[in-house]
Amino acid sequence: MDFAQHLPALQVIVPLLAAPLIVLLQPRGFAWAATTATAFFSFAVSIAIAVRILAGDILRYEMGGWFAPIGIELRVDAFSAIVLLIISGAAAISLIAARNSINQQIEDHRQPLFFAAWLLAIAGLVGMVVTADAFNIFVFMEISSLAGYILIAGGPDRRTLPAVFKYLIIGTIGATFYLIGVGMIYMMTGTLNLEDMAQRVVGIEDQRPILVAAAFVFIGLALKAALFPLHVWLPNAYTHAPHMVTVFLAACGTKVAVYVLLRFQFSIFQSFGEHLLQFALFLMPLALLGIIVASLVAMFEGHLKRMLAFSSVAQIGYILMGASLMSDSGITASTLHMFNHALTKGALFLAVAKFATQYADLRIDSLKSAARSMPLTSFAFVIAGLSLIGVPGTAGFISKWQLIMAIMETGNMGFIMVAIVVISSLIAVGYIWRVIETLYAIPTDDLPDDAADVSVKPEKIDMLLIALIFTVAMNIYFGLVPGLPLTLAELSSKILLKVEF
Amino acid sequence: MSPQLAIMLALVVPLVGAALIAITGRLHDNLRETVTLITATLLAVIVWSLVPLILDGERPEVTLLQVMPGIDIGFRVEPLGMLFATLASSLWIINSIYSIGYMRGNKEKNQTRFYICFALAITATMGLAFSANLFTLFLFYELLTLSTYPLVAHKGDAGTVKSARVYLGVLLSTSIALLLTAIIWTYHVAGSGDFVLGGILRGLMDPASVGLLLALFVFGVGKAAIMPVHRWLPAAMVAPTPVSALLHAVAVVKAGVFTITKVIVYIFGADYLFSLPQSGWLVYLAAFTIISASLVALRQTNLKRLLAYSTIAQLSYVIMAAAILKPMAEIGAAVHMVAHAFGKITLFFAAGAIYVAAKKTDIAQLRGIGRRMPWTMAAFSIGALSMIGVPPTAGFVSKWYILGGALQAGHYVAIFTIIASTVLNAAYFLPIVYMAWFEKEDTSINTNTSVIKEHGEAPLLMVLALTITAALTIGFFFFNGTVIELEKQIVPRLDSS
Repeated sequence: MDFAQHLPALQVIVPLLAAPLIVLLQPRGFAWAATTATAFFSFAVSIAIAVRILAGDILRYEMGGWFAPIGIELRVDAFSAIVLLIISGAAAISLIAARNSINQQIEDHRQPLFFAAWLLAIAGLVGMVVTADAFNIFVFMEISSLAGYILIAGGPDRRTLPAVFKYLIIGTIGATFYLIGVGMIYMMTGTLNLEDMAQRVVGIEDQRPILVAAAFVFIGLALKAALFPLHVWLPNAYTHAPHMVTVFLAACGTKVAVYVLLRFQFSIFQSFGEHLLQFALFLMPLALLGIIVASLVAMFEGHLKRMLAFSSVAQIGYILMGASLMSDSGITASTLHMFNHALTKGALFLAVAKFATQYADLRIDSLKSAARSMPLTSFAFVIAGLSLIGVPGTAGFISKWQLIMAIMETGNMGFIMVAIVVISSLIAVGYIWRVIETLYAIPTDDLPDDAADVSVKPEKIDMLLIALIFTVAMNIYFGLVPGLPLTLAELSSKILLKVEF
Repeated sequence: MSPQLAIMLALVVPLVGAALIAITGRLHDNLRETVTLITATLLAVIVWSLVPLILDGERPEVTLLQVMPGIDIGFRVEPLGMLFATLASSLWIINSIYSIGYMRGNKEKNQTRFYICFALAITATMGLAFSANLFTLFLFYELLTLSTYPLVAHKGDAGTVKSARVYLGVLLSTSIALLLTAIIWTYHVAGSGDFVLGGILRGLMDPASVGLLLALFVFGVGKAAIMPVHRWLPAAMVAPTPVSALLHAVAVVKAGVFTITKVIVYIFGADYLFSLPQSGWLVYLAAFTIISASLVALRQTNLKRLLAYSTIAQLSYVIMAAAILKPMAEIGAAVHMVAHAFGKITLFFAAGAIYVAAKKTDIAQLRGIGRRMPWTMAAFSIGALSMIGVPPTAGFVSKWYILGGALQAGHYVAIFTIIASTVLNAAYFLPIVYMAWFEKEDTSINTNTSVIKEHGEAPLLMVLALTITAALTIGFFFFNGTVIELEKQIVPRLDSS
């Protein structure tokens, strides 16, 4: 058996098995190093998978040699590959940058456990993506969620606890809904293998249970994906989580739920009656509302992390709006934006984490004149912010271009949607520029000069800063040469639109 | 040097210059200024080397990279862009000389950042001028906005930041909201955004949509400052004067009218637009902007604000000329970009020289200043005459062509507007000239000090710069053949009309 065939299994197994071993690594720094090494291995596996996919393969792996649909099958196509890249890339970059920030926020003796949870989160997230089994997705979803609660609750801030509790309740409801939905489909089709399910669902006479199941799956995953108005858990969770955890989760957390959501809606229910039309008509207004409302809230939000969290809610709106167009170009734009937004929001939260090393208070006002002491971080924030706005030359611009292009294909009705995309970009200009002006404001002279100097230490060049600059550079690179994500996104859209499972 | 190499160098040289300025800025001021001047000269030489080729009808192109299928970052030199690039790169040298005098004379802070951003703005201008398609144009259009923002906000105090916010807010929002939509729409309809003589949209859209698309372009290009998206220009007056010169003469507003002219000539096609009644509103809008901006200018007491409103009016001259859609008017639009640049840069240089030498900003303070600063005020007078359009200045040449185009089209509103605005221009410029030369210095209204500040001319470098531009303003009246030759190429069917 060719080694490459084991890649999908390795993607899950390695972080899953490494997690309990990490717990044993008590000496300071070891747990971090081992976790980072594992994450980079995962990233390498994802890249290897992406290379195979781009060569035209679809990777299948039968667990334990049991063939599908009897055994559990792992299955990786272009859509999975791009999401795998997002997850493992986000994990690798946030972990390698995490050392100082985590040392600051997590006590030494808890670090091994914390990093073990992080690996479990990675394993759960990639597991949801590689598996081709509906129940397996649920299991991995629970692994990633439980590990995620631990990660978010890990911070020193006691306000994380109510935030996590809220997330826990909502997350559990979401997972339960998903399970109910899957159970109903299983009842009607007798299979849990997604491919098999897609084939059997077509012939079913009594459609009602399947429609209800589709609704359950949709709501459950929409909760996990923080689709407006089911997003209420997200801002607090992002705001109070340890800074590096926010980087990781903001880059990939909700996108995996979006992945499963699109997988189910398109691959399984696509040829099922009027379902897809209903889905689109239901999703589109929510996505549009989410874009506008969340952007407006971000505009008036005083806390930097929470502002960016609300911006994430708006961006999920973009992603789902693209999907709700149900066209080739729409889904391409949507998938591409998953990738680009991960890069952009990852960079922004990395900058936030870097600011947090010197500023305890992350309200926007208290970051006044931060550019004096942290010029590189501030400049990186500016570039990443421009990518969020969608200024040409950045990754954000490419996805916006694709999205508007896709909307225009729909004809005259599209102008309302174009207007909404455009207006929310303008709001993004507003909330990003507010931060930039504060960062570059001239310090007021009510403090004596020496007092200002004590509180402001010069920017230290560490892994966090290097990771930040790297991510920002990637934002520009993929803004000028978007070939890789674009190709994967185009392949994904073909896969989702043809029932070729 | 192959033309392809020259195009790439025109982009790379100012970029490298910016980097070198950043490095040398830490070492020594004189070294940094030398880098600026050498870069500017080198760029001008490179850009000028392309002129003979373009005159011969060649159109060298380079494709840098393919961003998405059908969407390239590419460059293609054509007469309009050639003119704009030549203008901007040549004026950059003079502007740099002036900047050095101004920034030092005024003891400004953060001079290194100033020169870096200036070089970046020139890079953006070169990219914009040479862009082969709308996508590339948009990329550099935004880069120009962003690189000039730190220049406008240079002083950094609360009032300046607020004005800079208006600057950035208007330019960024109009471009993201309207221009980007227009560009994507164009790509969607035509399948490409390449600049092709005669346009790429013929027969692809219904006439009403063409009118709408034109509106998206015109209002999306906030840099052209057509009303009501003109507010950023007076707001940007908080910038140091060399920046105002950059905004008004060298790059920014020129980029605006350049974009609009280019879109009309190469995306819509002037003939095609002329055949559609849905495009007629543009002349009226431009005429309205000309008249009302002139009326507002009449009421200004601050010299730089007056010049800002005068620019708004002059920009709409270019737009109106382009919108008349007749060959002579299209040439007039291009020529007016040059003529206005020479005149307005002279006026701003003079205003800055007055500020540095005498700290005077209000028009009322200028009584009798001609005797203290004869060179400056002589240049100012020449610039003012050019704005009015009196021979022998540059302004007369372009007005001649625009008027010719208006007569070709039989467009009476345009003809009337030109006449009325000439009167208005004279009404707000001539009193200043008169006051400066023929009235006695007034001691009662000095803003900063109660005694008259004894002052002579501004620093030598500044006077040198404004003398050169004043000479150019007059020189262009006599030597404009090359420019006309060049721009005739954008209207291939001149003979038939």
